[in-house]
Amino acid sequence: MTASTTTPSRKGRRFRFNWVDSFLWFIRITAIITIAVGITGSVQHFIAGEGPTLEQWRDLIISSISTGAMYGLIALGYSMVYGILGFINFAHGEVFMSGTMAAIIPATVLFNTGFWDAQPVLSLIIVLITAMITSVLTAVIVEKVAYRPLRGAPRLIPLITSIGVSFFIQYAFAGLFGVAIRSYPPPPGNLTEDIIIFGVPIEGTKILVIIVAILAMIGLWYFVTRTKTGRAMRAVAEDKEIAGLMGINVDRTIVTTFIVGGAMAGVAGLLWALLFRGVDFLTGFLPGIKAFTAAVLGGIGNLPGAMLGGVLLGLFEGVGPILVLDGLDIVGIDIPAVSQLRNAVAFIALVLVLVFRPTGLLGERLGSEDRA
Amino acid sequence: MKFKRSMRLVAALGALALVAAACGGTDFEAGALGAVTVESGEAVEIRSLEAISGEVAFLGIPNENATRMAVDDFGQIHGHDVNVGTGLDDLCSADGGQSAAQTIVSDEQVVGVIGTSCSGAAAAASPLISEAGLVLVSPSNTSPSLTSDLAGNVAENWNAGYYRTAHNDLFQGQAAANFVFDNLGLRKVALIHDGDPYTNGLTTAFQNAFVELGGEIVVHTAVAVGDTDMVPVLTEVAAGGPELIFFPIFPAEGTFIVQQIGGVAGLEDVVLMGADGLSVENFMNVPETEGMYFSGPDTRFDENTNEATGVNGVDFLAAYDTQWGGAPSADFWGHAYDATTMLLTAVEAVAVVDGDTIHIDRQLLRDELSATSGFNGLIGSITCDEFGDCGAAVISIFQHNNLDDHQASKSNILYTYSG
Repeated sequence: MTASTTTPSRKGRRFRFNWVDSFLWFIRITAIITIAVGITGSVQHFIAGEGPTLEQWRDLIISSISTGAMYGLIALGYSMVYGILGFINFAHGEVFMSGTMAAIIPATVLFNTGFWDAQPVLSLIIVLITAMITSVLTAVIVEKVAYRPLRGAPRLIPLITSIGVSFFIQYAFAGLFGVAIRSYPPPPGNLTEDIIIFGVPIEGTKILVIIVAILAMIGLWYFVTRTKTGRAMRAVAEDKEIAGLMGINVDRTIVTTFIVGGAMAGVAGLLWALLFRGVDFLTGFLPGIKAFTAAVLGGIGNLPGAMLGGVLLGLFEGVGPILVLDGLDIVGIDIPAVSQLRNAVAFIALVLVLVFRPTGLLGERLGSEDRA
Repeated sequence: MKFKRSMRLVAALGALALVAAACGGTDFEAGALGAVTVESGEAVEIRSLEAISGEVAFLGIPNENATRMAVDDFGQIHGHDVNVGTGLDDLCSADGGQSAAQTIVSDEQVVGVIGTSCSGAAAAASPLISEAGLVLVSPSNTSPSLTSDLAGNVAENWNAGYYRTAHNDLFQGQAAANFVFDNLGLRKVALIHDGDPYTNGLTTAFQNAFVELGGEIVVHTAVAVGDTDMVPVLTEVAAGGPELIFFPIFPAEGTFIVQQIGGVAGLEDVVLMGADGLSVENFMNVPETEGMYFSGPDTRFDENTNEATGVNGVDFLAAYDTQWGGAPSADFWGHAYDATTMLLTAVEAVAVVDGDTIHIDRQLLRDELSATSGFNGLIGSITCDEFGDCGAAVISIFQHNNLDDHQASKSNILYTYSG
C-alpha cells in the first residue's frame, strides 16, 4: 500500500523518506491551518457585529444536528449491511426514499380530512408506520431478489448490483408517483412553534426529530445487545461460517438485518417529512451518499459510529461553510457564495477525517473475512 | 476496328454525361455552410429542444406545444410539409443540452431548432448547433451571456446562428431593480441564485442596476441544484439583515426555500420576489408563495396578431385549451410561437425552388434571420440585433394573490417596463 524507500542520508542513521506520508502530513497541516484561520475569521466577524447573530448560530446548529440525526439513522442501515455482508448497499438511499414517498399518501388523506391537525400525534404515528413498512418491504424484496443469489460471489458483484437496484427503484417510483416533487402537509399541531428548553427557544419540529432519533437509537441498541436475534446478528457479523456452525440461521439473520436497517430508514423518512416536506424520486440519492459518508466517518460497521458520524456530518455541512469558508476573508480569500459549497464541505470533511484517522472516528467493526 | 468503335462509343457517352450534368436542373451552388436539399415528398425538418421532463417540465412543455401549433398554422413551405419530429429534452442542464444537440446535428436534414428552454442548456447546445451550420431560435433563454451586454460587446456564450425571441435579462434585472427601489421603496436586498447562467445572469443584472440606483446588496449567495436543506443558506442571508430576497431560481429549490424560511430567525418580515423561472403552476400552488412578487415577460398578447399565420393571442389560448386542455403552465408560449413562425418565414424566403425540390442555403438562412425587422408576432414587433436578441423587451411584475386562480394573479400587474 505505501511505498517506502530507504535513503541513508546521514552516516549511521537510516532516514526513511516516504512521499505518501509526507503528503498526508502536508494535507493535515494545511487543513488545520485553514480551519483555524476560518474559525478565527468568523469569531472576528461575530465580535465586530457582522455575520449571523447568536440566535441565528444557535438555530443553525440545532437545525444541522437534527438533519444529522436523520443522516445517522440512514447510516445505520449502511453500517449494518456492511458489517454482516461486507458490501455497501447503495440501494439503501432508495429504501429510505420509498418509505418517505409512500407515506405521503396517508399524510395527504389525513390532512384533507382535518385529522392531521386535530390529532397530530396519531397522524404522525400513522405516517411513521407507513414509512417503516414500505421501507422494510423494499429492503426485504431487494435482499431476496438481488443479493441472496449473489451470496457467495466476490464482494464487488453485489456492490455493482446494488447500484443497478438503486436506479431501478428510483425509476420505478418515478413511474408510480410521477416525476414532480410531492409535498407533505405542514407539520401538524403546534410543532412549528418554538418550545423553550432551558431558556432557549427551539423549533418544535427540530426537537421532535432529535427525540425520535434518540429513541430509535436506544431501541436499536437494546435490540442488538439484549435480544437473542441481536446477539445472532452480532455473531453473524463476526464470523458467518462459525455462526452457522453454532446453529444460527444465517439467512434469517441477514433478512433481519435488512429489516432493521429498513425500519431505521423508515423512521428517517418520517424525519424527512417533518424537516423538508418535499419528496421526489431522486430524493434518496444525495442523503444516501451522505449517510454512507457518515457511516464511514464514524467507522464502518460500527453502529454508534454511524449515529455519531451522521450528526457530525450534519454539523459539518450546515455550519462548516459559514463558519470556516466565510471567515477566510480575513486572509483575503473571499468566497462569494459559500452555501453553494455545502456538499463539497461535507465530503471534504470525510476525506479529512480519514486522513487523520483512517479507521473512522470510533473504529471499524469488520467481520473475520474482512480483517487483514 | 472493334476497338476504335468502342472507344468512340465511350467518348460519345462521356460527352453526353458531361452535357447532362451541366444541363440537369438549375445551377444551385451552396454557400460556405452548405445547404439542405428537400426532395419531392420529403418534409422540411426542424426540431424542438425544450425542458420537458422533471420539475421544470412546466416551463418547456408549453413551448413545445406552441411550436407544434405554429407549424400547423403556418402550413406548407413551397409544397413541402414541415416536420418537428419527436420533441427533444434539454433537461434544463448543460448535459441535456449537449447530448440533445449531438442527436440533432447528426441528422443532416435538420434546418433549425426551436429551443432551448433553459439558458444553461443553451450554453452547451449553441456551440454544437452553430458549428454544424444550423440555427437555434430560443423562446425562453434570457441569460445575457448568450448574446451580448446590449452595448455592442459580444458575450462569452454567443455563437453564430443563435437567436432568441425572449428578452435579455439585463432588461429584467433593470425592471426588477426599478420596482424594488421605486415602487416598494426598499434599500437592502439579498440575492440567491443557483449557479446556472440564467439565474446568475439575472441576479448580477439586478445587482448592477440596483446599486446604480443607490440601493445595497447585503448578500449575494447561491444554492446548489438539488439542495433540500435551505436553513444554512437562509441563515447566511439573514445575517445580512435584508428587507427583500430576490431568488430567481427554479421551482424545486424555490419550494424548499419558501417552506423553510419560517424557521430562520430574522426573516419574519422579509419580502420575497422571484422571476419567470418560478412563475409556473407547481410553484404558485405552494401556499407559502402567496404575497410574493414575480417578474417576467409581459404576456398581455391578446390584441397582437402574428403576421405569418394571422393568429392573435386570444385565438391562440383558445386553441391551446382545445388541443391540450387548460392554459399554458408557463409564460413563453407567445415567444415560442413567434420563434417558430420567424424561422419558417425565413426558410420560405431563402428556399430556392427547383421543380419539386427545394434547396435551403444555411448561410442565407442565418442572414435572413439576422435581418428580421418589424416582424409582427404575438409578443409584439420583433427586430433582431447583430447578436441574436430579437425579443420585444416588455417586462411586467405581478403579485401573487390568488392561489386558486393563477391567471388572476398574473393579471395583478403592478409595474411594467419597456426596454
